[in-house]
Amino acid sequence: MAIAGQAFVVGELETPIGRVPQVAAVLAWRDRWGTLLVRLGFGRMRYTVEPGLYGVGAPQKDSPVLVTANYKLSFDHLRAALAGLDAWVLVLDTNGINVWCAAGKGTFGTAALCAQAAASRLGQLVRHRRLVVPQLGAPGIAAHSVKGQSGFAVVYGPVLARHLPEFLAQGMQAAPAMRRKTFPLVERAVLIPVELVIAAKWVLPLAVVLAGTSGLFGPASFWENVREQGGWIVAGLASGILAGTVLTPLLLPVLPGRAFSLKGGVAGLLAALLFLAAFFSRSEGAGNPLAGLAWLLLIPAIASFFGMEFTGASTYTSLSGVKKEMRIAVPLQAAAALGGLFLLVWAGRVP
Amino acid sequence: MKRLLYLKGVATLRLEQEACIGCGMCLTVCPQEVFAMAHGKKVRVSEPDACMECGACMMNCPVGAIWVQSGVGCAQAVFNTMLGRSGEACGSLEGKPGSGC
Repeated sequence: MAIAGQAFVVGELETPIGRVPQVAAVLAWRDRWGTLLVRLGFGRMRYTVEPGLYGVGAPQKDSPVLVTANYKLSFDHLRAALAGLDAWVLVLDTNGINVWCAAGKGTFGTAALCAQAAASRLGQLVRHRRLVVPQLGAPGIAAHSVKGQSGFAVVYGPVLARHLPEFLAQGMQAAPAMRRKTFPLVERAVLIPVELVIAAKWVLPLAVVLAGTSGLFGPASFWENVREQGGWIVAGLASGILAGTVLTPLLLPVLPGRAFSLKGGVAGLLAALLFLAAFFSRSEGAGNPLAGLAWLLLIPAIASFFGMEFTGASTYTSLSGVKKEMRIAVPLQAAAALGGLFLLVWAGRVP
Repeated sequence: MKRLLYLKGVATLRLEQEACIGCGMCLTVCPQEVFAMAHGKKVRVSEPDACMECGACMMNCPVGAIWVQSGVGCAQAVFNTMLGRSGEACGSLEGKPGSGC
């Protein structure tokens, strides 16, 4: 797509280096719809803007240059934060990955920044020699190297784009709270849909296989068995997924332990107890203790696994820590899941 | 709100305090307030368990006084690496540029 053909480009700015596309600082329904879709996990890896130089408002020679990634969600957060301000926006090509993750991978990095600054002829565009880089871009950027290679000084902006107006108004100074990455309830909650969609993709085939197995091994005819047990199988697996992907993120600070697999396992235990209460009260005489024990193993195992998967979406886990907890948790999860599956099949054979 | 901390005593962060010139770049870039300025001259590691090993401090230390085995704390990336998949949505630990969360 051509840089000017993008829907959020509303005009052109005449500059010493030629025409620069001017973008809207107000998000349109189309942008909000796009945000909703990627938050639900659709097209998340192809949600991009064209890398290059853009302007917001009516930027001049002295206007700040703000650097970002070409993930459209990042770009939209930035321009929405700039309503009423005049600024240049330099978009690096990170293959549609957000600033923090791209910095961790090096695509949002010193070389890419210097190359894009040169390609966009920033030196002729602005009179100052400062680039405002998001603080979470720092794992990929060596500020002193950027200065040496491009002549531009890197000024680290706040963690959140919405603090930019205050940061700029304070003469590019960030209050300590703006430098700290927190992980409040709202930020955890918006991540849930993607986790849920990913988990469902893994577990739906398992539900089909389990229902089929219960049909084959059960006491009655295939379809009668599936009808009898399929509902409980879907409910049991759903309990595990919901505990790991919804309950764990929501209750993260209050769940015991520090390891995410432990937090997920505890959430799974709570869900398993709720499930078993229903299982033993509603199934007419079929409240098989073996099947109950099977779900007591399966639900926490599934929840622990998906709780552990949430490390990737969280904002404070280290690789060393993740490796350590995986060494302990993955064998336990596998043992509990296999034991549970075995018991479930066995329980199905008992009339 | 109580601050969220991950596992104790695992972060690989090392600070060579003799080399530190007290410029404060690590304090600026660290999103977890791991460092503190000691007597206005040199930095010290005040919250080692808060370190998430993102590597921002190491990248931005002009005198190379900080070392950390940097990486992304993501269980799926660890799985992808073990399974030899680098083209996955969330990438692997040594994924080719272009993959990543």
